[in-house]
Amino acid sequence: MAPLEHYLILSAVLFSLGVVGVVVRRNAIVVILCIELMMNGANLAFVAYGRFLDSMAGQMIVFFVMAVAAAEAAIGLAIVVLIYRNRESTDLDEINLLKL
Amino acid sequence: MEIYFFYMFAGGMIITSLLMVTRANVIHAALLLVLTFFFLAGVFVLAGAEFLAAVQILLYAGGIMVLYLFSIMLMNVEVAVRMRQWHRQGVVVFVAVVLLGLQIWAVLGEVEFAAPKQWEWSLGATPGNVEAIGAVLYTKFLFPFEVASVLLLAAMIGAIVLAKRRIER
Repeated sequence: MAPLEHYLILSAVLFSLGVVGVVVRRNAIVVILCIELMMNGANLAFVAYGRFLDSMAGQMIVFFVMAVAAAEAAIGLAIVVLIYRNRESTDLDEINLLKL
Repeated sequence: MEIYFFYMFAGGMIITSLLMVTRANVIHAALLLVLTFFFLAGVFVLAGAEFLAAVQILLYAGGIMVLYLFSIMLMNVEVAVRMRQWHRQGVVVFVAVVLLGLQIWAVLGEVEFAAPKQWEWSLGATPGNVEAIGAVLYTKFLFPFEVASVLLLAAMIGAIVLAKRRIER
């Protein structure tokens, strides 16, 4: 059994890669994919803590995070498809109506 | 033995997610994310969450990622590949990653956890992971479970309303 630190470092690496992707990439779909990656990093931390605290709550929270992720994917993709229909592109730099 | 499998899954996960963040083609990124989810399911099994590993493969790799691939097919991928892929935000990324690393460093030194219990397992006598999850899900977590169903219904209706075209009569 790998120690807790290894699980936490792995989940932190996944989360950080997701953050880098969200900040750096310009394609809207890749940004949503990176958000999924961040959620999975958080899920891994929940599962690892649940295992080491001998509690079922960690796995239950991951279960609900997955339900929220499914909802988020459906709504987010619908919004991206709408943006693509209006602007013919998924480039985040062109979605700048709120910019001063 | 178990720890070698952990390192194998962890290495595969880091490599595939790194490739996913850097690929220009959206379809390649989505497929690499599916691979990452498979490796994560392996890590879940090692952490004693077999049910979540199965749900991870069925729901994430099988359901959500297919949804992504279908919506990618609705868009023009070739144009997106040719455009510039990166914001020039190296400083922001550097600061964000350093802050995250400091937080993780602070958390890791805080508490010492003992090694988890290893249960004696015998068929029929010990409740499995699925049984344990079911027992908790329908008693203690019943209210969040119902709220999740309402959330999924709202998301379904919202996605249909957002993405449908106006029908002219």
